[in-house]
Amino acid sequence: MNEIAAKLTSKDFASDQEVRWCPGCGDYSILKQVQTVLPDLGRPREEFVFISGIGCSSRFPYYMDTFGMHSIHGRATAIATGLKATRPDLSVWIITGDGDSMSIGGNHFIHLLRRNPDVNVLLFNNQIYGLTKGQYSPTSEQGKVTKSSPMGSVDYPFNPIALCLGADATFVARTMDRDPKHQQAIIKRGHDHKGTSLVEIYQNCNVFNDGAYEIYTEKSSKKEETLMMEHGKPLIFGENNDKGIKLDGFKPVIVSLNDVSVDDLWVHDETDLVKATIISRFYDDPGKENHFPRPFGVFYVNNNKRTFDDLFNEQITEAKETKGPGELNQLLAGRETWVVN
Amino acid sequence: MAKTTENELESVVIRFAGDSGDGMQLTGTQFSNTTALFGNDIATFPDFPAEIRAPIGTLAGVSGYQIHFGSKKINTPGDLSDVLVVMNVAALKANIKGLRKGGVIIANSDGFDSKNMRLANVPEDKNPLTDGSLSEYDVKTIDVTKITRAALADSGMGTKEIDRCKNMFVLGLIYWMYHRDMQSSIDFITSKFSKNQAVMNANIKVLQAGWSYGETTEMFANRYNVAPAQMETGIYRSIMGNQAAAYGLIAASVKCGLPLFYGTYPITPASDILHELSKYKNFDIKTFQAEDEIAAICSSIGAAFGGSLAITGSSGPGIALKGEAIGLATMLEMPLVIVNVQRAGPSTGMPTKTEQADLMQAMYGRNGECPVVILAAQSPSDCFTMAYEACRIALQHMIPVFFLSDGYIANGAEPWKFPQSKDLPEIKVSFAPQRAADDPKFMPYLRDEKLSRPWAIPGTKGLEHRIGGLEKQNETGNISYDGDNHELMTHLRQEKVDTVANNIPLQTIDTGAETGDLLILGWGGTYGALKTATTILRGEGLNVSHAHVRYINPFPKNLGDILRNFKTVVVPELNNGQLVKIIRDKYFVDAIPYNKIQGQPFMSDEVVRKIKEILA
Ligand SMILES: Cc1ncc(C[n+]2csc(CCOP(=O)(O)OP(=O)(O)O)c2C)c(N)n1
Ligand code: SF4
Ligand SMILES: [Mg+2]
Repeated sequence: MNEIAAKLTSKDFASDQEVRWCPGCGDYSILKQVQTVLPDLGRPREEFVFISGIGCSSRFPYYMDTFGMHSIHGRATAIATGLKATRPDLSVWIITGDGDSMSIGGNHFIHLLRRNPDVNVLLFNNQIYGLTKGQYSPTSEQGKVTKSSPMGSVDYPFNPIALCLGADATFVARTMDRDPKHQQAIIKRGHDHKGTSLVEIYQNCNVFNDGAYEIYTEKSSKKEETLMMEHGKPLIFGENNDKGIKLDGFKPVIVSLNDVSVDDLWVHDETDLVKATIISRFYDDPGKENHFPRPFGVFYVNNNKRTFDDLFNEQITEAKETKGPGELNQLLAGRETWVVN
Repeated sequence: MAKTTENELESVVIRFAGDSGDGMQLTGTQFSNTTALFGNDIATFPDFPAEIRAPIGTLAGVSGYQIHFGSKKINTPGDLSDVLVVMNVAALKANIKGLRKGGVIIANSDGFDSKNMRLANVPEDKNPLTDGSLSEYDVKTIDVTKITRAALADSGMGTKEIDRCKNMFVLGLIYWMYHRDMQSSIDFITSKFSKNQAVMNANIKVLQAGWSYGETTEMFANRYNVAPAQMETGIYRSIMGNQAAAYGLIAASVKCGLPLFYGTYPITPASDILHELSKYKNFDIKTFQAEDEIAAICSSIGAAFGGSLAITGSSGPGIALKGEAIGLATMLEMPLVIVNVQRAGPSTGMPTKTEQADLMQAMYGRNGECPVVILAAQSPSDCFTMAYEACRIALQHMIPVFFLSDGYIANGAEPWKFPQSKDLPEIKVSFAPQRAADDPKFMPYLRDEKLSRPWAIPGTKGLEHRIGGLEKQNETGNISYDGDNHELMTHLRQEKVDTVANNIPLQTIDTGAETGDLLILGWGGTYGALKTATTILRGEGLNVSHAHVRYINPFPKNLGDILRNFKTVVVPELNNGQLVKIIRDKYFVDAIPYNKIQGQPFMSDEVVRKIKEILA
């Protein structure tokens, strides 16, 4: 770690602006974890840029004492792409909400993942439109009753992780606001990934969608309802770590460790896209009988896809090498000229 | 050898017309380049359908290319043509009314067979080549298809491939008629088909066959000489509008020393700027084909934030999508150039046709009070100057600037006395310097005498700051919902635009006296037609002048004075009256609108008639 970075603390990343989220909002925890992680990343403060769209979550950059841009709804991804393409030296972070990324910004979101610039996305998923005061979002469950859906929303929700895998993302992970240690670890891994890292963070909006993730975050149900994935480790969950996931061909099944040996369980392999795709589909309504637990951790990492910023700039370098630096007078004259005397 | 008479002409208008698949655009471009190289002044007008391959043989599929060249100053592609080359009956039907009485028609007879007649909806018994309907013209009928096939009989190529060389026959024949050197076209063919020797040879052979046809048959009694034009001395080249715009952007990038980033999404008629720019990566030109126009402008805003010369380009429909982000750039007070190569109509409209109907969109087409600088090019080569100016102003004033072009000048070509790099205005850019920990806090919205704020790029120590679309306090840049501050910021953003008036040239009268009975005030691609019309009117003793505005927001400081020196001001526009509204609003001048909304440029002749009517 270099000297400058060693001196930084989480306080150095806090701006002088008063944080204005509702008391109890899950966004506070995310802010805290990011400020905690950044000093450990070995970069001077001026190299960090946070770009957000619009939403409660998108106020985030104002609270970070780094470079930042609070842009327009859904477009942070596109702005970050232009910045990273031209300034690959920077550490570029995108802050977005479920509406910001998957409704209005859905198009840019999938294209960002497809192109794979070396940026980090923190997706604050509260399954609601917070800033506009509580309408259903593209991740709200079907039937959700909100101000704009008094009889329940008829829309089916996106499964964000599956969507990202479908867009060929190279780093896909999920964490939650209530688990600071896990969050920090995942955010750090996202940063370290070369390529676009997508971290979905389950974030509680205690005003408009309180308790949406309670079942995963509360001590009483967490062990039973969540599946904490770790690379190279078998998929085990349950109150007493007594359940596991086994693959029956391509079909995952929940087994009891009383009946099945740990050695027969599915061992999590972050680099296996097929398995990541299967596990991303563990997206059941927890009220459903025999539902799968909700996975957290890193679903998938692909270190073999070149980044957009590398490829983009490589062409510039190559053109300069093969053609030599541009000569303006030559360009303006073109190939055919004539003289008028 | 056939006996021919040599004729001297001052200027000629030729229109090449055929099916979209007949290669008329290529034929026209080749003839233009050769003619420009020869030293004539030229103006061209490619006029083609939106469909790449519209139904063969139909009227909808007709593609035309008009060139006006001469030994005198040429301002427009010409109202009526002297020579009309038609590859089929549909092309004749679509273009005959644009041919002057007594003009020459060169017709490919194979395109007048019963199938083509049916496709063009011409009754079987009404073949214009034989029914006498063209008696007022000088008709030369040639079976181009047959001759081309005969010339390439032992080329080993298939009929379809052979037929694709037909346009070269016509080109060769016209070269013969006008004594043009074919070398430039031969070089072009050689490099274009360098990977396919057979096709290369075939094209050259047919080109030469066209020349020989003129030389050996007795069909053409006349050949013509059009002497080089008396132009300002210097070195010239031929240039098209979109190409010139691209060069202007590149030149600005070179002169300001910043890499250029062009974020865009393909759209007619703007795409050629992307195609052109993407060839010059060795100039540090970075082109980004985004997923849509919103991403295109946003990526450019990101690049501007990072310290690049950032450009985004589109046509009207795409500009509509960019609206919200233009507002963001205005709030961020970020240098950004927005290129709009205008096309006709709302929505998809008429993509390949020209119009000037996006001026109000540039001026007012955003939410809130959102003023931006607006410049407009007046001719193909002027696209260079004004694109360069757009960059200069954006960078010097930290402000978004619209550069307006249109389909007509974007695709038109003219001779260009190109500048040398050293003659271009300097563009000095400096980023805010780094700061030490004990320096006072950095203020991102502290302004200089031009009211512009510092360009503080990420990576600079001590400049960490946040900007965004929310209203901000002046100087500190902190979010502010204070009413007085919002009013102050709104005025400041307007004043920033107004201040640009100190940094642009004064308005001049292009043709005519400084005072008079009537001023024709134009903007954009109508320049050539209005200039020609003014010259004609003055030739007839009328006291008419022409001024053309290229800086529209803000206007040059003296524009109001100029307007008041004329009894009448007429504003001809290819729209339903846009500049005229701004002029009336700003100067309380009772300017008269004159509008054409047909997707076609003005004819000088119709402008002359209109002005006479107004003066009567
Ligand atoms: C173009 C545009 N349309 C609509 C809005 C209004 N708007 C602001 S935030 C938002 C939804 C935000 O939801 P989400 O992205 O989930 O963020 P959250 O507030 O939940 O963090 C909407 C619809 C806007 N600002 N801009
Ligand atoms: S509305 Fe919800 S998401 Fe927004 S700040 Fe309040 S609690 Fe947080
Ligand atoms: Mg939300």
